[in-house]
Amino acid sequence: MEFEPVIGLEIHAQLLTDAKIFCGCSSKFGAAPNTHTCPVCLGMPGVLPVLNRKVVEFMMKMALATHCVINRECNFARKNYFYPDLPKGYQISQYAHPPAEHGWVEVELDGGKKRIGITRIHMEEDAGKLMHDEHNPASYVDLNRTGVPLIEIVSEPDIRSAEEAAAYLRCLHEILVYLEICDGNMEEGSFRCDANVSLRQRGTEPFGIRAELKNMNSFRNVQRALEYEIKRQQYVLEGGGQVVQETRLWDDTAGVTHSMRSKEEAHDYRYFPDPDLVPVVIDNAWIEEIRKEQPELPLEKRERFMREYQIPAYDAGVLTATPATASFYEATVASFPTINPKAAKAASNWITGDLMKMLNEDKKDFTASPIPPRAIAELIQIIDDGTISGKMAKDVVEEMYKSGKPPGEIVKEKGLVQITDEGALTKTVAGILEKNPEQVAQYRAGKEKVFGFFIGQVMKATGGKANPQLINDLLKKMLAGDR
Amino acid sequence: MELYSLTIHELLDKLRTGETSSVEITASVFGRIDAVEKDVRAYITLMRETALAEAARADLAIRKDGIGALTGIPIALKDICCTNGVRTTCGSRILQNFIPPYDATVVERLRAAGAVFTGKTNMDEFAMGSSTETSFFGATRNPWDLTRIPGGSSGGSAAAVAAGECIAALGSDTGGSIRQPAALCGVVGMKPTYGRVSRFGLVAFASSLDQIGPFTKDVEDCAILMNVIAGYDPRESTSVPEEVPDYRRFLARGIEGWTVGIPKEYFIAGIDPEVEAAVRQTIRVVEGAGAKCIEVSLPHTEYCLAVYYIVAPAEACSNLARYDGVKYGFRSEEGRDLMEMYKKTRAAGFGAEVKRRIMIGTYALSSGYYDAYYKKASQVRALIKRDFDLAFAKCDVILTPTTPTPAFRIGEKTDDPMQMYLSDIFTISTNLAGIPGISVPCGFTAAGLPVGVQFLAGHFQEGRLIQFASAYEKQAHIEKRRPTL
Repeated sequence: MEFEPVIGLEIHAQLLTDAKIFCGCSSKFGAAPNTHTCPVCLGMPGVLPVLNRKVVEFMMKMALATHCVINRECNFARKNYFYPDLPKGYQISQYAHPPAEHGWVEVELDGGKKRIGITRIHMEEDAGKLMHDEHNPASYVDLNRTGVPLIEIVSEPDIRSAEEAAAYLRCLHEILVYLEICDGNMEEGSFRCDANVSLRQRGTEPFGIRAELKNMNSFRNVQRALEYEIKRQQYVLEGGGQVVQETRLWDDTAGVTHSMRSKEEAHDYRYFPDPDLVPVVIDNAWIEEIRKEQPELPLEKRERFMREYQIPAYDAGVLTATPATASFYEATVASFPTINPKAAKAASNWITGDLMKMLNEDKKDFTASPIPPRAIAELIQIIDDGTISGKMAKDVVEEMYKSGKPPGEIVKEKGLVQITDEGALTKTVAGILEKNPEQVAQYRAGKEKVFGFFIGQVMKATGGKANPQLINDLLKKMLAGDR
Repeated sequence: MELYSLTIHELLDKLRTGETSSVEITASVFGRIDAVEKDVRAYITLMRETALAEAARADLAIRKDGIGALTGIPIALKDICCTNGVRTTCGSRILQNFIPPYDATVVERLRAAGAVFTGKTNMDEFAMGSSTETSFFGATRNPWDLTRIPGGSSGGSAAAVAAGECIAALGSDTGGSIRQPAALCGVVGMKPTYGRVSRFGLVAFASSLDQIGPFTKDVEDCAILMNVIAGYDPRESTSVPEEVPDYRRFLARGIEGWTVGIPKEYFIAGIDPEVEAAVRQTIRVVEGAGAKCIEVSLPHTEYCLAVYYIVAPAEACSNLARYDGVKYGFRSEEGRDLMEMYKKTRAAGFGAEVKRRIMIGTYALSSGYYDAYYKKASQVRALIKRDFDLAFAKCDVILTPTTPTPAFRIGEKTDDPMQMYLSDIFTISTNLAGIPGISVPCGFTAAGLPVGVQFLAGHFQEGRLIQFASAYEKQAHIEKRRPTL
């Protein structure tokens, strides 16, 4: 029997608002424990929540980017359960009336594109964190994270493989980062993913019994956990057993999923509308205001880059992976007097190649690049007009990165200007041929590999400044001419 | 006449003319407390030292800047209103030692108006009760008969005002917790429109029903306190940004030509004959003042108690989840793990009535029961609200008894929750509809127990209630009797 996985993902994205969702405390990560707190987020008696409207706007940005219908009215509900990191004994979330529904995104797969449905997006508050003392039987509660705004994005069960899940996750991650509403940091927990996975007989409609997977804190772990879980369920079903409806935790070290709690042990959250908050009304004017501010989304940008700059899909993908890379690229291209495909491709090569490598080594992104976009454009121009060779440019770009100086200045300072004087080069080449009769003989006997040796010798003799094309031409002529 | 027995407006006049000082008034009130508190037990916490300091400051302020809305007036706070630096227990063991680092909005407003705080008054635990007997700190007694309850849940505030242990007080009303004790203690008590007075800093019982309001000796004082505490608060989402009129302007306007609705469902079997007689007498009084009384119908009245005892416990079970021993308040030290700490803390920290309501509420919200209970109750609640909307299309105010009986004996109903719940039968609908209500003294039983009459009006019509109540008060000439303590 052939099984088909059915996967739906629930993503929690922490929003980059300055303040928490229901109080004025800072939502920044990394402060000393319990310093970003007030009576409201500490859940003290008698205090009340007031909704931060920025959170609604960030949610609307994501809803619009994922083609959701934004409901005119939504409300908050209490999700009741006891845990020390939840100071009120309930989480303020949304339940029966979510703000956004019926959306979709298009993900890029090896075999083309696939549309994956978004069931709903809703807003909620994050819980705090527990820290367990390894040496003493004590636990500590840090409530800085309590009340940090989250959106939960629930997908339709449209995903059919671990790879598709990873692609969908990357797609949403990219959109959130593009919208500048989430920093997308999976390790710090600002982008979290739970998965519902079941198997069914391929070609049949009804879903199998699902397991919910938690604790996958990287893209790779999501894919690994799903791959494991699919195999596990397949093994169970093929052995004539039944999958149990339960929550399972991914164990990164062991590479397996463990049962955490069964359906019977599941909480009854006793959802009901939060009487401390009034319904949120989102009118068309507000939606239009947000729509006007929407940036170009990654997929749109990718397609435009391919169209406008005529660069390959791969280049467009790398250049649009983050908004910073994309805008660096566009600024570079804009620095050329005229846009031509050759220069656009050259810009892509320098940016995705040498520059990105150097930035990655320094753990910097393109907004912190010591080389400004126009300097990359200048570099490409002086290669193009023959002032320096591509090989020289490799050294120049390193120097640009180190010193922040423009390429023209570096070339002048180091006397790097390419030798294009044919007469002078002819002399140099002749001298080299004279000194190496053995290699000349080899070449003339048909061993063309030796050609590279001559190029190397000429470069060495000229300190790397010789115009490579010219050397090439001269060597070919002079090696052949005397035959 | 002792200073403690005067009203706010009388004392403000004396302060204005320099005839007395806030220190004298405050000393008089604490003298009274020293004399009668051992019998009445209205307070959980007394704030004598800070009160005298506040009084001294008030006297300076009067000399320097003149008199404010409440400058130098000793006021008691129900122990459900958070007070910065002063413990706020809600009548519960679980908050026995809780000291809030913030003031409730109403406390801030009273402070800004110059009030002197006498202390925190006793109440049913978490405001769950109608007799102030469920308090962890023991029962408060009715100043008119120390063997009887003062009503509840704001029984401490009502008793303190009636006994002269403060000049006025604040209470909270979720199903009658201001109006019922006001009636049973012979004082004026108002529950404002839901959203009129900020709930910020009011320890929550049932968030969609709770509302803070004043206990005073007369209607004019009620208007004075309402002027201070009413108004929009950006810290509360359900607070309504509706303009607050000067309620004193409604005091002497008369009610000539008004239509008064008498709901037929509120004069039922089981109502005490003396109470009914006193309330029927008020109908004649307001007619004497030029109002016309008509019969109106509130057909969903019979469902009020049932709806209330689903909605209020459901909200309460969630509101009280925060008392888990983790962060503040009482924690049982016997728990060996997290679950045991929760269970033992809550088992020992809450009293029986609170536990009963937590269980009812948890049940009503449980998966599979939500639609039948909470959802259905919310739907019926909308019908109850509509009853009032329709009735107020025909009349300006509605007149009902505040309570079915006068004050009952301590211990009389503690073993019969249903009987206890029935004592709020005439006040609960007001909270479900979110409208304002006021209870005003309307006479005494033969045994000398006070009886109250309740007036209701549409949303944000507190001015109308004050106008009606003050006209009634003037016309009725209720005997100025004081409890003999």
